[in-house]
Amino acid sequence: MSHVVSPIREHLVDGGKSYHDVTHDICKQVEGAPTKEWKIAFGVSCVIFAYGAYCLFWTWWEGIGVWGLNKTVGWAWDITNFVWWVGIGHAGTLISAVLLLFRQKWRTSINRSAEAMTIFAVLCAASFILAHMGRPWLFYWALPLPNTFGSLWVNFNSPLVWDVFAISTYLSVSLVFWYIGLVPDLATIRDRAQTKASKFWYGLFSLGWTGSAKTWARYEYVSLILAGISTPLVLSVHTIVSMDFATSVIPGWHTTIFPPYFVAGAIFSGFAMVQTLLLITRVVFKLEDYITIEHIEMMNIIVTVTGSIVGIAYLTEFFIAWYSGVEYESYCFINRATGPYWWAYWMMMTCNVISPQLFWFKSIRTNLLVSFFLSIVVNVGMWFERFVIIVSSLHRDYLPSSWAMFSPTMYDMGDYIFSFGLFFTLFFLFAKFLPVVNMAEVKAVMKGVSSNYPHKKSHGGGKAKTTTH
Amino acid sequence: MAGHSHFSPANVEEHFEFTSEGRKRVILAFVAGVVALVIGIFLLSRGEGHEAAHAVAAHGAEHGGHLSGGAVSHHSAAYDWTNRIWVNLWLNGVFFTGIAIIGMFFVSIQYLAKAGWSSVLKRIPEAFPKFLFVTFPVLLLVFIFKGDVIFHWLHHGITDPASEHYDKIIAGKSGYLNKTFFLIRMVVFFALWLILWRSMRKRSLDEDLNGGTTNFYSMVRIATGFIVVMGISSSMSAWDWVMSIDTHWFSTMFGWYMFSSWHVTGLATITLTVLFLKDKGYMQYVNANHLHDLGKFMFAFSIFWTYVWFAQFLLIYYANFPEETIYFLERWEGHDKVYKATEILNVFFNFFFPFLIMMTRDAKRTPIFLKICCAFIIVGHYLDFYQMIMPGTLGPNGGYGLVEFGMVTIFASAFIYVISGELTKASLVAKNHPFLEEALHHDI
Repeated sequence: MSHVVSPIREHLVDGGKSYHDVTHDICKQVEGAPTKEWKIAFGVSCVIFAYGAYCLFWTWWEGIGVWGLNKTVGWAWDITNFVWWVGIGHAGTLISAVLLLFRQKWRTSINRSAEAMTIFAVLCAASFILAHMGRPWLFYWALPLPNTFGSLWVNFNSPLVWDVFAISTYLSVSLVFWYIGLVPDLATIRDRAQTKASKFWYGLFSLGWTGSAKTWARYEYVSLILAGISTPLVLSVHTIVSMDFATSVIPGWHTTIFPPYFVAGAIFSGFAMVQTLLLITRVVFKLEDYITIEHIEMMNIIVTVTGSIVGIAYLTEFFIAWYSGVEYESYCFINRATGPYWWAYWMMMTCNVISPQLFWFKSIRTNLLVSFFLSIVVNVGMWFERFVIIVSSLHRDYLPSSWAMFSPTMYDMGDYIFSFGLFFTLFFLFAKFLPVVNMAEVKAVMKGVSSNYPHKKSHGGGKAKTTTH
Repeated sequence: MAGHSHFSPANVEEHFEFTSEGRKRVILAFVAGVVALVIGIFLLSRGEGHEAAHAVAAHGAEHGGHLSGGAVSHHSAAYDWTNRIWVNLWLNGVFFTGIAIIGMFFVSIQYLAKAGWSSVLKRIPEAFPKFLFVTFPVLLLVFIFKGDVIFHWLHHGITDPASEHYDKIIAGKSGYLNKTFFLIRMVVFFALWLILWRSMRKRSLDEDLNGGTTNFYSMVRIATGFIVVMGISSSMSAWDWVMSIDTHWFSTMFGWYMFSSWHVTGLATITLTVLFLKDKGYMQYVNANHLHDLGKFMFAFSIFWTYVWFAQFLLIYYANFPEETIYFLERWEGHDKVYKATEILNVFFNFFFPFLIMMTRDAKRTPIFLKICCAFIIVGHYLDFYQMIMPGTLGPNGGYGLVEFGMVTIFASAFIYVISGELTKASLVAKNHPFLEEALHHDI
């Protein structure tokens, strides 16, 4: 890649950092003792995790009858949480793969945490599949394994089986991608290690990395190949999740726009979650020079774009429901907006479509507090989106005598809490023991984008003389 | 060209010359198109190529309850052979409008994403929207004078409960599908596209003269505005101009499906134009690295088109609602199977060929492979639009004859003529583009 950079581009690394500073700033939280803040945060997530684990255990012990489902609403928080977490799990691979293919240099400071977050989010999603199963010890029945149970075989016509394949493949590739990216950084920590134990463990996981030109060339090849593989994969995952609904004949579920619209929604919520986590991380680990306002602004722009795409999809669905002249379809959408679940619908509309439009103002999208708040709002909205699609389409079916409402029990909520406990426990472990920013890749793009490599900065007005020499 | 040429200084005042030789050739192609069209019309008027009478007879009985609701399905009056001319005008009008507006879309995306590499070739797509001045009147006039040939919902009495032609489903859509509102939408979309393009173009040319970054930042703002406009107008124009042909039928994906078809065709046209200019000795600063990126775009967005096409198909196939599946049934085995071959070619031209041809790095960097791929994509997406428009309008009377070949030749040569003229109006390289230096050193 060429290192000629136009003077109108923003710096991606501030504070005049040298290569050594990068190593030092990012390694220090791995090498030092855990801070008090970390211990408190980790302790809290362990407590949440333990409470959630208790609820999940009870769900398995008693069966999913402990949830608030009824015979009309046979699917509610369980699948909502699943889709929500899978959606969040889209950002990491998107940042590392798609932005790598598009040569977006700003991805280098955020890809590591985003990928880690992806993996944890996918694990949370998987936990809902297991929770669903009622008999989780028989989970391998979802795989098309040769078996001794007679003609027992998975139903390949079912999108739920496609889900199993899509998500397990996605998890494996994301793990490999994340781990390969970690290897050079693990080697850096190994080389700086003071204790025998850390020398051993980081040495083991850095796979004998030497840092020679040849290893670097291979590293780049592998990254590119994995990016090529994961790009269609990341799109396929939410496409197939959308097909869990869209292949059915339920009004409000069967609509052809679902695949790309779910993918856009997934990117939307994933970026919002990355934003939430990074806004905390940059302060706690003092990484403001690496995760700069420029990065935050970029992510806010992506949130606005994907939020607007989702908005267009909402309006398209609404319009076509009317245009089609199909009575059930029209009723379903009117019921969503004005029926007993109107509050969920308007929650979704406000959080997903209206509030991200605030990011049109530069002062708002570069404001840390507002960005933090809105990133959470987006994920609240995306949870409600799935809830609206799932519950509002089911609760009034073709027979008015069976119309019902859904109310969650403490186990619906407890299992959701479990996933938060799992997510944050894993994230805090990651943040303590592994470098949260990809040092090697940040160093690779520093030339030209760091303020340590001075060049004329000219932006804003037209007085500044420009380039082409 | 050498893949390792790291730097080729831009000839900052390079101007494209539309030579009299070139003009002559384009005009000749245009004339050939007109001749083919005239012969085609003559043959049609003699009833050759298609037995009109037979078609109508078969029709009345078979299509009484035609579900997709195209114009052809309902009309009790005899099929008029001239319909094919107006439908062909509409088809090419919509197809070339797409290519033209994607020029603006491409430039806007580059500004919005602050892409550096493409600044070196942005003058090519920037010229494309000029052709909207041709397609806009074509679409407008065909709609005003011959709209009922294309749109079932314009038929007389269709929304009148007292009429024998009354169609309850179509009457239910008349709040959206009515002549006035349709015209308003069409005029507003074209007006917005043209206004935004003119103001973008003005600033782009001003940048050549005066330099500075003021123009760059205002172009970013125009690009943002255009993307918002395009986000809405692309879907709505797809519903209006194409989906409403099969008036009963509906699909929420359709807006993005038609847009993806437009988009990849536009990318292929941009690439092909760049390659032709290079062959003429222009734009030598556009090297294999830039071509590689264009190739990646064609590869990726061919896959994207397939994704959208297939998702729409699969969901309709899987749920198996009669009112939805009829769309594919008509194209697969309906209308005496006249559309079956196109349906198959559609997938080969627009997915398998681009996917396999553009797979390797070397192919994306080699002009001849790119040209072959561009040809498949452009022809393939013409077929895609043919497949969207013809079955609902012509039914069993559709086909490939001199009318089709003549009409597309006329539009293509007119496009080349207009765009060549527009290209002469500015330097082929935007010499004061703030990212030009990055683009000249582009190396991947």
